Amino acid sequence: MSVRLTSLALVRGLIGYFVGFAAGMLLVMAARLMLGMEAWEQEAVYVGGIVLAILSFLLASGAMTDWLKWTRGIATPMRHGPPPGQPSWARYFGIDYNHKVIGIQYGVTALLLLMVGGTLALIFRVELAEPSLSFMSLDSYNVVFSLHGWVALASILLGVGAMANYLVPLMIGAEDMAFPRLNAFAYWINVPAALTLMLAIFVGGWDSGWTAYPPLSLRGAVGYQFMFWAIFGIGLSSILGSLNLIATILLMRPKGMALFRMPIFCWAVLATSLIQLTATQFIGIDFLMMSFERSLGMPFFNPIMVEGVNMGGQPLLHQHLFWFYSHPAVYVFVLPGLGIISELLPVFARKPLFGYRWIALSSLAIALVGFLVWGHHMFTSGYGEYLRVAFMISTLLVAVPTGVKFFSWLGTLWGGRLTFPTPMLFTLGAISVFLIGGLSGPVLATVTTDLYLHDTYFVVGHFHATIFGGFVFPFFAAIYYWYPKITGRMYNETLGKWHFWIMTPAFWVMSIGQMSVGVLGMRRHIADYDPALQIATGQLWVTIAGFFIAFSVLLMIYNLFSSAEIGALAGNNPWRSRSPEWQIPSPAPEHSYASPIRVVGEPYDYGLAGSQYIAMAGAGDD
Amino acid sequence: MAVATKSLHGAVAAHDDHAGHEDYATRLRLNRLGMWLFFISEAFLFGALLATRFYLWGDTRPELDQMVGLIVTSVLLLSSASMYVADTAAEHGQWRVFSVAAWTTMILGLVFFLGVVIFEWGLFPQIYEGHLTPWGDKYGAVVFAMTGMHALHVLSGIVLIFIMWRLARKKHFTPEKHWGIEAAAIYWHYVDLVWIFFYPALYLIGTAHH
Repeated sequence: MSVRLTSLALVRGLIGYFVGFAAGMLLVMAARLMLGMEAWEQEAVYVGGIVLAILSFLLASGAMTDWLKWTRGIATPMRHGPPPGQPSWARYFGIDYNHKVIGIQYGVTALLLLMVGGTLALIFRVELAEPSLSFMSLDSYNVVFSLHGWVALASILLGVGAMANYLVPLMIGAEDMAFPRLNAFAYWINVPAALTLMLAIFVGGWDSGWTAYPPLSLRGAVGYQFMFWAIFGIGLSSILGSLNLIATILLMRPKGMALFRMPIFCWAVLATSLIQLTATQFIGIDFLMMSFERSLGMPFFNPIMVEGVNMGGQPLLHQHLFWFYSHPAVYVFVLPGLGIISELLPVFARKPLFGYRWIALSSLAIALVGFLVWGHHMFTSGYGEYLRVAFMISTLLVAVPTGVKFFSWLGTLWGGRLTFPTPMLFTLGAISVFLIGGLSGPVLATVTTDLYLHDTYFVVGHFHATIFGGFVFPFFAAIYYWYPKITGRMYNETLGKWHFWIMTPAFWVMSIGQMSVGVLGMRRHIADYDPALQIATGQLWVTIAGFFIAFSVLLMIYNLFSSAEIGALAGNNPWRSRSPEWQIPSPAPEHSYASPIRVVGEPYDYGLAGSQYIAMAGAGDD
Repeated sequence: MAVATKSLHGAVAAHDDHAGHEDYATRLRLNRLGMWLFFISEAFLFGALLATRFYLWGDTRPELDQMVGLIVTSVLLLSSASMYVADTAAEHGQWRVFSVAAWTTMILGLVFFLGVVIFEWGLFPQIYEGHLTPWGDKYGAVVFAMTGMHALHVLSGIVLIFIMWRLARKKHFTPEKHWGIEAAAIYWHYVDLVWIFFYPALYLIGTAHH
């Protein structure tokens, strides 16, 4: 079946984006001329372009059409199924309100961005494989690793959105999210935002890393403006998406599903969403102020000394505002993944989840303590010395709820009848990798050791271990695990195992390698290093390991595509799971549950004879 | 019982509404929760601006026209009262009262907005010569950031009330079902509440810097 291209929201949105970009730039130039200024001033002109481009994308794609109709009193019925007269794949490129479609949209976009981010990493890892500059300049190195940072983080945020959007309504037996239109909008704003982020590279990019510390970020290329507004858009998506998830979890659970009887992943999403709903505003306003300082000269961050008194801003203000979001954001990245681990272990151990309530509350505890720890990124910044110990203690506190999770996982595994299909392997791999990340954390949280390790590659190693252990491995586990639910077919188990057995050892090598070159003196964010440090071999190992990881991910992508056509039919519940989403047909039908479900027991009573978690209504038991 | 369940829920798939079995009360509960979550989120936005003010200014403040501050603040607080009247009138189906009160709110909101733009910002020096510029120093920057972000919310509130007024004229709302008006009203009160924190932070706290 052929499809008119302009009927796809993505295509319309992209056209709108570039038309809007040009119009925005012209508008600002015209306004400047009318105010008697020179027409061209790149900061203001580009900002006008970016803002109008993102808005035009959303208008042209149709993500706001229903709302605009509401303002004129026109009712808009819900749409179901693929758009009339179009093949079923077309809905994935359109504005669709079904949370399962939106979840897939999030997931595919996340994987695309993950591959872009990973490719960028490979580029500068080749540069680092041996001392002295080989094919990159200092500037291009800075730009590429900075882009790697935000593209990868955007991919993680979208991956979190993918899991939460697809799974939460299914797990609580809800028809959809609380606000389906808001859900679609929250996804679609990511598309122009991510595009803006990557377009930055054509105007010089930004060279500060993802943290954008002033004064560098106030003086660098105009690519910074692209990054600020792109992150503002992705942040808006975080806020709206989490609002939706919290409302869904709090009000749309079925009869009998008390909060402590939810599938444990929903607890993780609830905790994550609380952070996203609130803390994201800090980076949003921070980047807005940065953009305004650059284009209008409002001094928020740049000091202006007048007769020995600072009449301007303070660079440290950015670090406070930035880390107030960006540290909790790390918990946004990992909490859903840790939830996936807790979700999958009981299924493959055929045993109840050990300490359900503790696990549930530990997610909440990590989220709440996460608000009090931002200062540990600033031990060397020169802020008040009395703050250091306070932030050290609060940061070390995070180890307690995280430890609760580890012991619960061990308790769940202990004495279980384990099987090891690919999702289980990735779950165990996640635990091993997150352990590396977790154990290297207190070293950085402690002031004395951090003063030595700050801004070294040790931090890079620690960060990547937590993010791979807390997000990437669990995300892959989730993809394999719910693949039969999404497609109705089984992935190729052999290829899945190859993926795991290449990626996991390679990641251990990469992680330990990064940390060790860091301890030996490799600085982060620097393109070159002294051969006398004797870290060249370590660097080479890290680079090689990176390529192995990339190759293994390609295996997964191939597996996902090919199995959708030729994979064996999976049946409704291949994992013998008790979770509600596996009690309905696979692939999940348009309306997930034909009748409302009722919760009649505990979610994780695996192996308990005669125990039941949910009952479908209408089977004579109502 | 089973039959009743089937007739209640069995029609879901055929029903045009996505969540076909949800009634107005359920939707209202969701909408209200969504709105309050939005407010919690926005509190962090305004909180970040307040944090910026205290971080950069400490116990100093710019010298602003106290009379202007007092007048615009009073006008805004008054507008909350008229918005309350509008909301209550909608609840009782008194649409003429609603209309008058909604317009009163919009006009008061507009007066506040113009007060900010003309007198605080000095955007029209032929009417009033302002002495602050956004690019001058940290005082100008923060005053413009805080009042600007707040004014943006006032403006969007006015637009929201206007939309609701137009919908009400088209007989879109009933005393039982007028979520749009309720949302506009609590949004308006929320924006007022934010100003109750911003006003002292800008005009009252700390010693004036000369």
